[in-house]
Amino acid sequence: MVEISSEYAVQMRGINKSFGTVNVLKNMELDVKKGSIHAILGENGAGKSTLMNILYGLYHADSGEIYINGEQKYIKNAAAAINMGIGMVHQHFMLIDKFTVMQNIVLGKEATGRFGILKTRKSRKKIKELIEKYNLDVNLDAKVRDISVGMQQKVEILKALYRGAQLLILDEPTAVLTPMEVDELINIMDSLVKDGKAIIIITHKLKEIKKSADECTVIRKGKFIDRVKVSDETTRSLAQKMVGREVRLTVEKSPPKIGEKIFEIDDIHVRCSRGIETVKGLSLSVRRGEIVGLAGIEGNGQKELIEALISVRNVESGTIKLDGVEIQNTSPANVLKHGVSVIHADRHKYGIILDFTVAENAILERYRYKPYSERGMLNDKTRDKFTEKLIEEYDIRPKNCENLLIRSLSGGNQQKLVIGREISNEPNLLIAVQPTRGLDVGAIEYVHKTLIDLRNRNKAILLISLELDEIMDLSDTVAVMYDGAVNGVFKREDVDENIIGLLMAGGQENEKCC
Amino acid sequence: MKNVANIFEKPVVSTMISIFLGFLVAFFILFVTGYNPYEAIVTFFNAIFSKPKFITNVIIKSSPLILTALSAAFAFKTGLFNIGAEGQYIMATIASTVVGLVFNFNPIIQIPLVILSGVLAGAVLGGIVGFLKAKFGIHEVITSIMFNWVSLYLCNYVANSAVFHKPESNGTYPINKSGISMLFYEWKFSEQGRKFLKNNQFLNEVLLKTDLSLNFLIASAVAVITWIIIYKTTIGFELRAVGLNHYAAMNAGIRVRRNIVFSMLVAGALSGLAGALTISGTSNNSVQVLSVFENNGFNGLAVALIAQSSPIGCIFAGLIFSSLIYAGQAMQFKIGIPSEIINIVIGVIVFFIAITRIFPIIVEKLCRRESRNAQ
Amino acid sequence: MKKYISLLLILFIVLILSGCSKSDEDGNEKKFSTAMVTDTGGVYDQSFNMSSWQGMRRFAEKTGAKVSYVESRQSSDYSINMDRLADEDMDLIWAIGFSLADVLKRAAETNPELNYAIIDYSYGDETLENVTGVMFRAEESAFLAGYVAGKTTKTCKVGFIGGIASIVVDQFEYGFRAGVDYAAKERGVNIEFVSQYAESFSDAAKGKAIALKMYSHGCDIVFHAAGSVGVGLIEAAKETNNFAIGVDMDQSNLAPKNILTSALKNAGQAVELVSTKLMNGEKIGGKTLSFGLSEGCVGLPEFNPNIEPKVYISAMKIKEEISAGNIMPPANADEYATFKEKYIN
Repeated sequence: MVEISSEYAVQMRGINKSFGTVNVLKNMELDVKKGSIHAILGENGAGKSTLMNILYGLYHADSGEIYINGEQKYIKNAAAAINMGIGMVHQHFMLIDKFTVMQNIVLGKEATGRFGILKTRKSRKKIKELIEKYNLDVNLDAKVRDISVGMQQKVEILKALYRGAQLLILDEPTAVLTPMEVDELINIMDSLVKDGKAIIIITHKLKEIKKSADECTVIRKGKFIDRVKVSDETTRSLAQKMVGREVRLTVEKSPPKIGEKIFEIDDIHVRCSRGIETVKGLSLSVRRGEIVGLAGIEGNGQKELIEALISVRNVESGTIKLDGVEIQNTSPANVLKHGVSVIHADRHKYGIILDFTVAENAILERYRYKPYSERGMLNDKTRDKFTEKLIEEYDIRPKNCENLLIRSLSGGNQQKLVIGREISNEPNLLIAVQPTRGLDVGAIEYVHKTLIDLRNRNKAILLISLELDEIMDLSDTVAVMYDGAVNGVFKREDVDENIIGLLMAGGQENEKCC
Repeated sequence: MKNVANIFEKPVVSTMISIFLGFLVAFFILFVTGYNPYEAIVTFFNAIFSKPKFITNVIIKSSPLILTALSAAFAFKTGLFNIGAEGQYIMATIASTVVGLVFNFNPIIQIPLVILSGVLAGAVLGGIVGFLKAKFGIHEVITSIMFNWVSLYLCNYVANSAVFHKPESNGTYPINKSGISMLFYEWKFSEQGRKFLKNNQFLNEVLLKTDLSLNFLIASAVAVITWIIIYKTTIGFELRAVGLNHYAAMNAGIRVRRNIVFSMLVAGALSGLAGALTISGTSNNSVQVLSVFENNGFNGLAVALIAQSSPIGCIFAGLIFSSLIYAGQAMQFKIGIPSEIINIVIGVIVFFIAITRIFPIIVEKLCRRESRNAQ
Repeated sequence: MKKYISLLLILFIVLILSGCSKSDEDGNEKKFSTAMVTDTGGVYDQSFNMSSWQGMRRFAEKTGAKVSYVESRQSSDYSINMDRLADEDMDLIWAIGFSLADVLKRAAETNPELNYAIIDYSYGDETLENVTGVMFRAEESAFLAGYVAGKTTKTCKVGFIGGIASIVVDQFEYGFRAGVDYAAKERGVNIEFVSQYAESFSDAAKGKAIALKMYSHGCDIVFHAAGSVGVGLIEAAKETNNFAIGVDMDQSNLAPKNILTSALKNAGQAVELVSTKLMNGEKIGGKTLSFGLSEGCVGLPEFNPNIEPKVYISAMKIKEEISAGNIMPPANADEYATFKEKYIN
């Protein structure tokens, strides 16, 4: 354990925190040197976010000490944290859509003259200096809703710097960025660090830690595991520390046995709820026995595409055919009947009903058919039998959970139920949207294996994901979605991440990456 | 200590405790405002239990509350807040009164006709609210509140209209006798009936001095049916799925809009039944000019809250609520406590029942603190 | 934990004991007792219920009788509340307002040994032996109001807004009209009288619309017998700076400068009188009693800053005439015709 010293921007000692009866953090410690990038690595639910929220004053530790620049401090709330020079960029940005970039940055800390009149020029000058110093190139007068996600992130960083942040916490900063934007972010972080600022990044992406961080604190189940120099480690050794056992980082799969075309999307156009066309002439097909991965950055029309595929949303024109039958603009029930199953990215919102029991969730799509109900009356016995079978087959824990609320299950077990439910439909086509979102490494392994098994059973799978790694690992065919259309389709072995990354950002295949 | 915590987690126990605590605070309020709380509480319980007709009146008064509470609970299962129970109730009383006045069939036809017309009126009103929500996304609370006022003014219009207004009164004529569902209605007021009842103290009280009808039995049966629909049928499964997460329900092939309309339709029908049974089964048998809402629907919301939206719970919560109202009036005229203070007392008791769920949490906290101190 | 429970218990016991310590002060001698059932307006309705309760309290103060009231929250409470009072062995049970007429009749049939009385309702020939109807000769106060209006009007045009046609509203309309005619004859001018019904007792907006029309057509004084509709009239009077005449209660607080006077109907006075009669052993059942100026149950307020003193003095003379029976204000269309023949033509 290192000494308390003013060379460190933050040091935390013996932090304990529990919610109800659950101990989230146990005797946690952290040391972040000034002028360095420090990564916090851990699986979902390991306690990374809780630790950062304590540092930012959003939660209070049950016990333990926090030292800022070598002095012990009590951080009462976020305002106090900001005053101590701590800035945080949340995973979901806290910006006001209808305000300009400038307004968002100064919000709550406007330079004012007498009678509270805004002194915009003074603020603007200060922001301009920050922009030049750290290469944070943004248009101050653009409205936030009109700029890209990457830009919005820069605005968040500027906001923190404007408030005098010496320590910057970035929560999952790369989750929504393209590979190129990630590189840009790393450059910005480097220039900040050179200026003596300290940065903490929270992530579970090993590659990015390798690329950017100087040091790394690994936590597992709320416990401090190790603090390491990143240059001494490999991604594999980091992963092992994070999970606590050997993991396979790559997916083993046999070559595909591709059959006939079963699912065909032909030139569909879809409008979003605000009436703007977000899917603009998208065409794509899936064959039996293959996994088609559709890569793309969030906000390129994926949401509307998925809704159109399951008939929750109507297409303006174009057709969606399953086995030659048009299924667009019918109803979710009809799409289900034709053997399309969906695993949604946001399972809490779209996949399950948290306040239903496990068993009720298991029959969510089949309650209206025999033998689960007869003449309008539900049959609880067949329901429970079916659920028991799923629990057994998909190793859902705890056992005998069929009459517990599904809320009480862990994310991984919830997802296992969803996957089990969807696969037991014996679908002709499985649409898997970010099927591993929010799952830990062990559960991800399981989901990937299940998807490959299904494909080996000659089923068609459309994998829509924002995680490029997942697409590259699982797909037999890779397609890229950009601005509401498919920007290129490749055999997996013909492409690498650079090409896909370029296409995701709207480039053309023949353009060489700079 | 853990055992104590377990006992507190039983809903019956924690409800009893919260009622007790509510009375304790009520006791305190009465004491501070200068009334004899002991006398008040004794009066309160005497006003409920001391005579058979008191118990009968509590039961009679609970019936519309149970039904409007079921209405609120049913809509709530689909994630809808049926604040329109009041308007649906009023609309049903109007429809039942008008039908009961215009037609005059044999009671076997007339009584169901009067009741059905009220149910239908409530259902239509609820259905419109559901339709507007499903089709145009207009929030049900807004439309319901509007309909509450529409119903109130329509009621006043009908009560004052040339056709139905009873001269030298504040309302319409009572409905034709054939539509009245009070038990032994004509017989009990006849010479012969009165003479017969004189000899039987119990029947005299329960029959002659109250509006005894089958309303409570109907309301209880409807509560059981509602429970079956919600928990044992595919319809209920859909309604609950929509209520808890309509996105997931939609993706599972459940027709969300249809369920919203259906849910409001049934909720409206339940409130309507409350209004219809009141017209057919309790005295006046007519609509009166309303200067303010009579709160049959709004109180139903409170009852549903106490029952935590459980249909069976609505029966007991309705009985508790009607006892509070009924005995509260006795406190007013026997001891002279102003009705404002009685309303506060009732409010406090209801408040404590409504927050029943916090008691197990408090007990658990205390337990934990104790164990920490022990360490 | 035990600490908390025992604390609660102690608190509870203390409260109970403190409750017990007050001893009952009732003697053995049975006092005269009376009680009233309000309609859904409640006891502080600024109208009949309140006035009746005030009368009852005066009665209690003077005679030492026991009085109480029951408030009805819903119209379905009426019968329950009548029955509650029947249980209390009351000497006289009051029902305030005609809404309770049916319920009272049924209660009186069920409990022939008890005495009942009802404000503002007459059962006519079907009055039960144990029931007293109490009616007001509202035409007398309306006549006085009409007389004041007739003496005051400058445009020689006055108006009347009725609620829904009924016996009671007729009393006001024809009494008022006769008073206006009487004043016109005295002044030797012709005064035009306009009348319109709002078909409601609650639609203030309609009352305002009718009143505005009347004022714009040259009326400078408008009287009403239309409950809350009159609130609209008073608003209109305020806006156009004309006079309105209030009804039932002294309504001058609503628009001090624009209320000429009010035709009072003092239900409390009647409650007090009837209760006293019964207490003194008078037989009051089986008939309808009517109360007017001579009993002090109707009239004008004592303080009328907007009436010219001269007019008020002559109005008081008219009041004497009515009390003495020399002038008989009409209560309906037929009586009005007779009245016109007798006094005007």
